[in-house]
Amino acid sequence: MHTSLAVRAENVSRHYQMGEALVRAVDGISIDIEAGEFVALLGASGSGKSSLLNLVAGLDRPTSGAVTVHGNNLAALSREQLARYRLHTVGMVFQSFNLIPSMSLLENVELPMRFAEVDRRERSALARQSLDRVGLGGRLSHRPMELSGGEQQRASLARALINRPKLLLADEPTGNLDSRTGVEIMDLIRSFNQSLGMTVLMVTHEQALAEKYAGRMVHLADGKLVEDMSNDISNDAVPTISSAAVAAPTPEPRGGAQ
Amino acid sequence: MKLYDVSELAIRNLRESIFRNSLTTIGISVGVASLVTMLSLGIGLQQLASRRLQKSGLFDTVVVTSRRDLRNFREQREEGPTPAESPSLDELARKKIVLIPGVVEAYPDIRFVTDVRFDGKPHLTTVAGVPFSAKNNNDAFDGVQGSFFSSDAAAEVILQKLFAEELLGITPKPGTDTTNIAELAKSLLGKELTISYAERTASPSSSTATDSAAYSVVSRQQALKIVGLTDLDPDSMRGMARARVFLPLKFAQDLHVMQSNLRDTSASDASSYTSMSVRVKNPNQVPAIEDAIKKMGFSAFSIVDATRSMRQFFAVLDGFLAIFGSLALAVASIGIVNTLVMAILERRREIGIMKAIGASDADVRGLFFAEAGAMGLVGGAVGVTLGWTIGRLINFGMNIYLQRQNFPSAQIWSVPLWLVLSAIVFSIVVSLLAGLYPASRAARLDPVQALRYE
Repeated sequence: MHTSLAVRAENVSRHYQMGEALVRAVDGISIDIEAGEFVALLGASGSGKSSLLNLVAGLDRPTSGAVTVHGNNLAALSREQLARYRLHTVGMVFQSFNLIPSMSLLENVELPMRFAEVDRRERSALARQSLDRVGLGGRLSHRPMELSGGEQQRASLARALINRPKLLLADEPTGNLDSRTGVEIMDLIRSFNQSLGMTVLMVTHEQALAEKYAGRMVHLADGKLVEDMSNDISNDAVPTISSAAVAAPTPEPRGGAQ
Repeated sequence: MKLYDVSELAIRNLRESIFRNSLTTIGISVGVASLVTMLSLGIGLQQLASRRLQKSGLFDTVVVTSRRDLRNFREQREEGPTPAESPSLDELARKKIVLIPGVVEAYPDIRFVTDVRFDGKPHLTTVAGVPFSAKNNNDAFDGVQGSFFSSDAAAEVILQKLFAEELLGITPKPGTDTTNIAELAKSLLGKELTISYAERTASPSSSTATDSAAYSVVSRQQALKIVGLTDLDPDSMRGMARARVFLPLKFAQDLHVMQSNLRDTSASDASSYTSMSVRVKNPNQVPAIEDAIKKMGFSAFSIVDATRSMRQFFAVLDGFLAIFGSLALAVASIGIVNTLVMAILERRREIGIMKAIGASDADVRGLFFAEAGAMGLVGGAVGVTLGWTIGRLINFGMNIYLQRQNFPSAQIWSVPLWLVLSAIVFSIVVSLLAGLYPASRAARLDPVQALRYE
C-alpha cells in the first residue's frame, strides 16, 4: 500500500487564557497521518482531542507549532485561504450533527457547494447523489428535525462528502446515537475510508468503537499524546461494506415518512 | 458565493423570522414614507409657488421707461446717453426689444382713468389694456367667469368683481366676501357698457418734437360688450395703477387715449409710450435682458432678486423637511442594526456551521449585508408607496379645505421620478450602512466558539 503524508502536526500547542489560568488544551503534540489511514483520537473529556481536531480542520490556529495538511502549512494561510481549505480539503461531521434547521436535507447538503460557487443544476444533482449514497434519497425535502438522529448524521455525512474532501474529520460522530445506529454510521464512515480512500480522523471516547473500526489509535491526556498504536482490524467479523449495503440501510423508525 | 445564492439565502433567512423582519421593514417604510411625504410636499409647494409667481409676472417682467421722462427726477447714475439724447419709447423701440434673445413679448402699458356708463349711471374708474397673451400666463384670468377676449382688437371688456358689484349697485359688507361671482356674471355677461375718453390726436403744428404741446384732445365714446368677470386682482408688475376694467390691449392702443400719468409732455409723438412691459421666457435671463435694454438707452427695472431668494427659501425648506424625514429613517436604521445583531445571536450556531463547512468571512458578511439590503429595498419600495399615498391624502384634504374656503384647488404635492428612485436608493444605502457593523461582527465570529455554544 503506497502512502503519502496527509496530516503532519509538529509540536503543536493550543493554549487558552481563562481568567487567570492558562489552559493547555493541546500541549506539544507531534503526529503524522498517512493518506488513507483511519485514525481514532481517544481520551477523556478535556484531554484535548477535539481541540486538536479543530486545529487540523483549520477552525482554530495553534499557539505554537505547525499543522501541515497535504503540503499546506495552515499557519501560513490567510482567513480567506483557510475558508477555502475547509471547503475543499476537509469534510466535517459533529456529535450534534450541525445541520441547519431551517433548510431541507437537500439544501443542507448543497450548502457547501454554494460557497464553492458550483452551478445550480450540477449542485442539485450532486447533492441528490450524495444523499442517495447515504440512503436518504427519499427524504430530500425533509427538514432535519423531522428525521431521526441516525438519519441526521447520515445527512451530515452526505454534506461532508459533497466537495470530495481528502480528509474526513469526525468529532464523536456516534455520541448522540444509540449503539445500533452508531454502528451504521461507523460502517458508512469506513466505507468512505475504504472505497474512496479518504483519510479519516475521528475523535471518540469509546474504546470499543475505535478498536473495531480504526487502523490506528492515538490516546491523548491533558493535551499530550500518551499512546499511538496501530490496530489490526483485518480479522474483524464485519466485511468490507459494499455500496449495496450502504444503499439499503437497516430499517429504523421514521416519523411521518413513507 | 454567487450573488444569486447570497440573495436566495438572505431571503430565506428573512422569511425564517418573518415577524421580526417585517417589523423592521415596516420601520424603514415609515422612515422612507415620512421622507417622501415631506419632500413631496416641499417640492409641490415650491412648484405651486413658482407657477403662481411665474404667472404673476413679477419675476419674468422688465418694465421699460424712456429716460426722457426721468429728467430732473433721479440722479444720473446709469450709464448711457443723457436723458435728452435718450431715444423715444415708440413702436420701433418695441420691435427692437422683441428681437433681444429671451424676450417673449413687449407691449406698451395702456392705462387711463375714464368715465364708464352702465344702465345710464356713470362710474369713474381706471381702465387698463391687457395683452392677449395674458389668457395663458396671468393667473388673474384663470378663474374668469364668461370668457376671455375673443381677439386682441375686439370691442370687449372684462370687469373686476368689485367693479361689477358697483355697477349692479351691490355694496358688500366690509370684511365679507359672500357675493357669488357666478350670479354677478349671469346679470352682466353679454350686456354693454359705454366708456367716455379723451383721444389724443396729433395737431398739424406738431411736426417738430421740440414743440411740447402740439396735440389736440377730442372727446369720444365707445360701446363695449361685457364678456368676462374676474375675482382676482389682475394688477401686477405689468402696471402701476390699479385697474378694474380691462380691455384688449390692441383695442385700447387704437383708442389713442390721452394718458393722465405722463410726467412730461415732451414725448408728444402720438406713437411713443409712457412705459412698456417686456415679458421674458426665463426669469434667469432677466438681468441680461435688462442690461441689453439699458444699452439701448432706456430705463429698465425688475424684481429679479426675489426669485433667487424664493429659491433659496425653498432650498432651505426642502433641506429642513429632508432632515426631518431622514430622522425617521435614522431611527429605522437603528432598528436594522438591532434586528441583525439579534439575528447574529440567534444564528450564532448557524454561522459557526457555515464557517466549519467552508464559508469564508466574505460569504457570511455578504449574507448579512444582503439581508440588510433586502430590508432596505422592500422598506424603500413600500415606504415610497406609503409616502405617495399620504402626500396624496394631504393634497386631497387640503383641496377640500380650499374649496370650502372658496379658493381654487391647487396641487401642493408632487412626487417626481427622481424622488422615487433616490428615496429607494437612500433607503438601501442607509440599510447597508446599518448592516455594516452586524455583518462584520458575524463575519469575525469564531467558529469554534460558535459551535460550542448550545
